[in-house]
Amino acid sequence: MTSRLAFRSRLLGGCLALGWGTGAVAEELRIGFLAPTTGIFAQVGKDMVDGFQLYLDEHDNKLGGADVTFIVEDTVGKPDTAVTKAKKLILQDKVQMFVGGLLASTGYALAPVSTAEKTVYISSIAAADDLTQRQLDKYPYFVRTGWTSSQPSHPFGQWACDQGYKKIVTIGADYAFGYEVIGGFQRAFEECGGQIIQKIWPPLGTKDFGPYIPTISPNADAIFTLMVGPMSLQFPKQLKASGNQKPVIGGGTSYDEFVLPSMGDEVIGHVSALQYSAALETPENEAFVKAYREKFGKVPSYYSESNYTTAQMIDQVMTENNGVFPGAEKFVEQLAKVEIDAVRGPVKMDNRRNPVHNIYIKKVERRKMFGYPDEELWNIVIKVVPDVGQFGQFEEEVFLNTPVYSRDFPPCQYCE
Amino acid sequence: MITLRTKVVLVIAVLAALAVVVPNTNPFLVLLATRVLAFSILVMSVDLLLGFTGLPSLGQAAYLGVGAYLTAILATGYEFGLGMDFWVVIVLGILSGAVLAAIFGLLAIRATGVYFLMITLALGQCVWGLAYRWNSLTGGDNGINVPVRPQFAGIDLSDGITFFYFVFALFVVSLLAMFVLVRSPFGRSLVGIRERELRMQILGYNTWLHKYVAFVIAGGFGGLSGVLWAHTAGIVSPETVILTTSVDALLMAVLGGAGTLVGGVVGAFIVFGLREYLSTIVPWWQYVLGAVYVLTILYLPRGLMGIPAWLRERRASQNRKDEAKRLASVPS
Repeated sequence: MTSRLAFRSRLLGGCLALGWGTGAVAEELRIGFLAPTTGIFAQVGKDMVDGFQLYLDEHDNKLGGADVTFIVEDTVGKPDTAVTKAKKLILQDKVQMFVGGLLASTGYALAPVSTAEKTVYISSIAAADDLTQRQLDKYPYFVRTGWTSSQPSHPFGQWACDQGYKKIVTIGADYAFGYEVIGGFQRAFEECGGQIIQKIWPPLGTKDFGPYIPTISPNADAIFTLMVGPMSLQFPKQLKASGNQKPVIGGGTSYDEFVLPSMGDEVIGHVSALQYSAALETPENEAFVKAYREKFGKVPSYYSESNYTTAQMIDQVMTENNGVFPGAEKFVEQLAKVEIDAVRGPVKMDNRRNPVHNIYIKKVERRKMFGYPDEELWNIVIKVVPDVGQFGQFEEEVFLNTPVYSRDFPPCQYCE
Repeated sequence: MITLRTKVVLVIAVLAALAVVVPNTNPFLVLLATRVLAFSILVMSVDLLLGFTGLPSLGQAAYLGVGAYLTAILATGYEFGLGMDFWVVIVLGILSGAVLAAIFGLLAIRATGVYFLMITLALGQCVWGLAYRWNSLTGGDNGINVPVRPQFAGIDLSDGITFFYFVFALFVVSLLAMFVLVRSPFGRSLVGIRERELRMQILGYNTWLHKYVAFVIAGGFGGLSGVLWAHTAGIVSPETVILTTSVDALLMAVLGGAGTLVGGVVGAFIVFGLREYLSTIVPWWQYVLGAVYVLTILYLPRGLMGIPAWLRERRASQNRKDEAKRLASVPS
């Protein structure tokens, strides 16, 4: 796929340059894309690539008038391979920017490459908080078009207070992304009077929650879950089998459209928060879902949307420059000021190169959407919190003076 | 039969060619070759155990891991090892690998065969677990970024080609050291243990001690490999010490041919070549890698280095057949 695409566009570029060489020669924009296209995260990687590719296909493979050479490289989900491949893209393919990276660890590994090689890195998925918070100054060529892990959690914590929940137990994957999603929720929830009374950390990739579910405190009003990948499928099943009656809420990846089609009725009624839902009832999203589903046979996930939107943002910046790449510094500067109407809703950038966008609080329901004949599970939006930045309801300076969310921060002061 | 002398000359010629050709390719290939050479030291250490002592270690990534984490922690936490003191880090890396192997060896050396495999696997996973869970030291899942490569005495390792030569030099030294080791009386005793441990015991050798020392030495080389590995990609994370790294090292040694030292290097070049170079060209590289493994195991149990011997035997058996045919056709 990689080479064929690259070859085809090179061929196209060649024809343009040679055949009709009398007119203005179209500029070439070389974009490297890093995603895990093999290994356990291969399907997520496919969603990422497909999202970006869909935008290119809809725009004749041009962004802002420049012909795009889109080169996909496989990270195998390993940070050091991601670094090697990023260097390949920069040194051998001479890309002007590289996009992608799935895991937070990959994001942390790739950002220094952008600094060392003075090449733009656009993180469309990797959500590690500190990249645009306490470590931002280290990475002048880094822009985030996706989200920070704790961004949806801040308004969600407030929402949990509004529901009248007083005591919540959290159960989440034991790694940095889990700490950040749950940490953000805890900070917001305790700020408005709630209490986190227990935090359970099953290891990433846990397949049997038998040892964890019985330890959930009976005093809790609700359970907050943060699952990723196959964990998302297994946990709700076992929770239901254990006879749980408590409301279940969770981080976006526990119920995103990547896992939702494989889920059963056990997740109906569960509430989560993210910057995108495929069930968003806007004309833009309806068109996006239909186009994506027709082309790739599945409902787009936030992985798809985020990369589609990233392509749209690059398109806008390139249009401002009449299709000529303005150099890395200038490009970052312009991209960091972009404001667009994306599929996920209005998106603008804050002063720390991270998007400000709507956070959707959504409930899993089984219904028909967008004229599709079957009843399916969708993340129905029940509340829109507009214009949420990475610091949410908190003061930027106060926020930056506290440590990054971890297993020990915020401390569990109400733990029983 | 190819004489040892021819083999040595051949290896030297290939290494010389590598040193000349690689820097004249593009920077990505230089980086790739650097990675292969750094990892090859680990593969050779596996071969020392598997090929010469008959101990299939499935936890060798642990020693790579301590070397790499040590380098990363010293560089980021204490800014140590970014100048002339990088040599100290190299020594410390070797020592840390050896010390860890000395501890693990006490537990593992008692077993042989598949039990040895299981114990080393479990011990390797302990190191992975530590790397993953000990957030304050290892950065957990996010790992540690090693921002810059060392600079000393006018040598700037952040230059790709300089770093390649640096790793190349240490690789050659390691190869030479292991070559001398396996040909020494100690190395011969290891081969004796591989072939028939009981007989060695009856001859009066303390086979436990011999295996233990070999295990510690292999750990030391693993540590050295880790120090270099930390600076190739500039990131050390639990993925560095995960089980698949150990499996990779073992497979590379088997693929190239166990008990040959250089076979593991050939294996490393092939696997890295397919995984990190072919994957940039075609999406179906995994099928090629799978096919290489399957075909090697089916037809070349002695690995790729066994090809000359295999050809020789084929020719010999063909000659025998021809001879038989000729004799049969001669009217008596």
